Amino acid sequence: MGSIKDKVAIVGMGCTKFGELWDKSYKDLMVDACYEAFEDAGIEPKDIQMAWYGSRESGFTGAHLANALKLEYIPVSRVENFCAGGTDTFRNACYGVASGACDIALACGVEKTKDHLGGFSMYITVPFDRSLVEWDLPPVSQFAQLATRYFHHYGLSYEQGRQILGKIAVKNHHNGTLSPKAHFRREITLEQAMNAPMISYPLNLYDACGMSDGGAAAIITTPEIAKSLRKDYILVKALALTNGAGQAVLQPEYDFVHIPETVAAGKAAYQEAGIKKPRQEIDIAIVHDCFTITELLIYEDLGFSPRGKGPEDVEAGTFTLEGELPVNTDGGLKCFGHPLSASGLRMIYEVYKQLQGKAGPRQLKKADIGLTHNVGGVNGFFNCAVAIFGKP
Amino acid sequence: MVGITSYGAYVPRFRLNREAIAKGARGEKAICNFDEDSITMAVAAVNDCLNGIDRGTVDGLYFATTTSAYKEKLEASIVAMAADLREDIFTADFAHSLRAGTSALRAAIDAIKAGSAKKVMVAAADCRLGTPGSALEQNFGDGAGALLIGDSDVAATVEASYSVYNEILDVWRADGDTFVRSWEERFASTRGYLEVVGGVVSGLMKKFGFSPGDFTKVVFYTPDARRSTDLASSLGFDAKTQLQDPLFATMGNTGTAFPLMLLVAALEEAKAGDRILLASYGNGSDAFVLKVTDQIEKIRNRRGMKGHLASKKVITDYKKYLIWRGLLPQEEIPGPVRFFSAPAAWRESEANFRLRGVKCQVCGTIQFPPQRVCTKCHAKDQFEPYRLSDKKAKIFTFAMDYVTPAPELPTVTTTIDFDGGGRMECYMTDREPEQVSCGLPVEMSFRKLLDKDGARIYFWKSIPVRT
Repeated sequence: MGSIKDKVAIVGMGCTKFGELWDKSYKDLMVDACYEAFEDAGIEPKDIQMAWYGSRESGFTGAHLANALKLEYIPVSRVENFCAGGTDTFRNACYGVASGACDIALACGVEKTKDHLGGFSMYITVPFDRSLVEWDLPPVSQFAQLATRYFHHYGLSYEQGRQILGKIAVKNHHNGTLSPKAHFRREITLEQAMNAPMISYPLNLYDACGMSDGGAAAIITTPEIAKSLRKDYILVKALALTNGAGQAVLQPEYDFVHIPETVAAGKAAYQEAGIKKPRQEIDIAIVHDCFTITELLIYEDLGFSPRGKGPEDVEAGTFTLEGELPVNTDGGLKCFGHPLSASGLRMIYEVYKQLQGKAGPRQLKKADIGLTHNVGGVNGFFNCAVAIFGKP
Repeated sequence: MVGITSYGAYVPRFRLNREAIAKGARGEKAICNFDEDSITMAVAAVNDCLNGIDRGTVDGLYFATTTSAYKEKLEASIVAMAADLREDIFTADFAHSLRAGTSALRAAIDAIKAGSAKKVMVAAADCRLGTPGSALEQNFGDGAGALLIGDSDVAATVEASYSVYNEILDVWRADGDTFVRSWEERFASTRGYLEVVGGVVSGLMKKFGFSPGDFTKVVFYTPDARRSTDLASSLGFDAKTQLQDPLFATMGNTGTAFPLMLLVAALEEAKAGDRILLASYGNGSDAFVLKVTDQIEKIRNRRGMKGHLASKKVITDYKKYLIWRGLLPQEEIPGPVRFFSAPAAWRESEANFRLRGVKCQVCGTIQFPPQRVCTKCHAKDQFEPYRLSDKKAKIFTFAMDYVTPAPELPTVTTTIDFDGGGRMECYMTDREPEQVSCGLPVEMSFRKLLDKDGARIYFWKSIPVRT
């Protein structure tokens, strides 16, 4: 099997402010994200040869992006892959360039979740009519089941478990205060995180990410063209995507204390990028903290922490801005919220800026290798995207 | 010899303290949870009745209720599917009358006598509504009874039956009414209940040559706590020793199911040789004489009336009861956009109604819902059906949603592992949030999931094992 490593580069990125953007339409977000990317790359919209547009609800065909940007008669594909939609949009554009089908591609993900009444569960519609016995559970109850079992498996009391999850929320909220484009930008205390109203036991309000509007975009090209555009372009080192086949709910052997889709995507990405010791080799990881328990499992599933030792690393501050392996330096989904198809590209945006040394007050001292991660769906049926980036 | 070969019953776990309805009202009434209706209760009673019995031997199912989910659509087929009965059996609904339960019983007895079936299941259930605060609301209880009628291994032989009808508007509910109506109680009881049931019992005794002393027990439908005592006394029975307790203090009048449920209560206490008189009421009366055989000892392992009545949770919050019954308007919060598909539901009916998973014939892995390709060995289309509805399970993990609008919060989601294999993710009901834990033993219960686009969607939920 071939490898994407060093075959494509990012030469420009854009990201809107995330939040309750009542005065912006989804096309406004396309224009804002893409024009920032064009400017960053030093190219014109007419230089784009192919485009990929990620959305779950905000525009069902590529023509929506074409219309907003006036991309005239070029191929624009719409990508939908739930929580991993943003990264998958980026992935498709990368393969478009790597195949030689085009030299310069645009990947853009936008979501206007706040145009829908209600929260996340209200926002998700099923694509097909059906018997409705598979009544989609709100995502929080999927992840809450992981937390319940994690506490049980490792003998953590409710208070002990909550303490660990609370510390992850406190960390991400702190990082969010340093992130001008984040939706939520205020510190929270561990006490607040411990005592917030219950959403789905054992997860409370501060374990859950918010819902926001937002958009992000990337310009992808060959390393050769990238060199001609800027010195600090960023190279793609790995792109992995996995999907569950229902194993977690079909096979009682599944333990609910890890997400196998993440393990498999991490393994594939590390192999492609040539990473042997992720904890040592990766400088920054922006991961899918849709709920705090998800981030805890990711530490272990991506090999940052040994099995069952995630809580110890949380206690030790391993994943803070000053820690050994900073995770969610921009505040994560916790502070940006989760406009589904925009999130993956927002994560890449943070890695891109950190690797370029342009992350402002939250800039890490050493940022040479960065990783992004998305996971979405329900137990047994998660899709997971892991991408790794490096400097030229 | 035609008679009852097995019995079963279902009383919902929840009881409403009558004090919640009216100050000074005594006792408690059985009430459905928000996700129960007459169909789901009938399924529970039928499954209780089928304990230890080969489902393949049942040749028919009659379902009786006055509280149907549909005006036009068979409901016996839903009950038969959820009980995982054969497809080539006779099914019929008996409706519109509190006598429908015994009408179905008589029809089943006649079918066996005529030789058109060897075993017929009779199920009756009701969950009637009285106007909030009314005496009727205090009287009504929810529940279901099931009797398996056959001509071999008979536990109670039918010695005689006798029926009359009368035309009267004493207790009724018109099309479009939510609540049951009643004419003045003095009229209803004297010209209705007492005259008609009195007439059928004396008519039966006269025709078949019985006298009150011939019966160990008399089981009478009764509209309220006192009326059957008056009736028994007026007919020459000793109400204290012969009359089956109508269970008003603990359950209430369960309508169509009432005579069957009281009969089950009587059979639970009966010994071989006992003779039982059963009489229903509802625009007439059906009466039966039953002689108990020693076979009765072989069908004791049912939850029945005693087991279900003992397993309860008393509620004192009248508002909760009104919400469960849909009688209190709730704030409308927009839900997810979803559409019901009859073809999809029809395709999934083996799984969704019968709760049949599949067992891989190559590697033996039990899987739910049914798959085309095995999750373990990847063999294609090599499965046999595997029933999960009668299997016990344990909670592997769970979540409790306190936010998403529902008639009862928190909404508990469980992932359960069945004893003997198979895993399933499903909602949990009839639970106390503080009791839900990893490893908790559960069993499956057929429940109403939601009403959508005029369709009532049913599915199975886990419940703590009822003890």
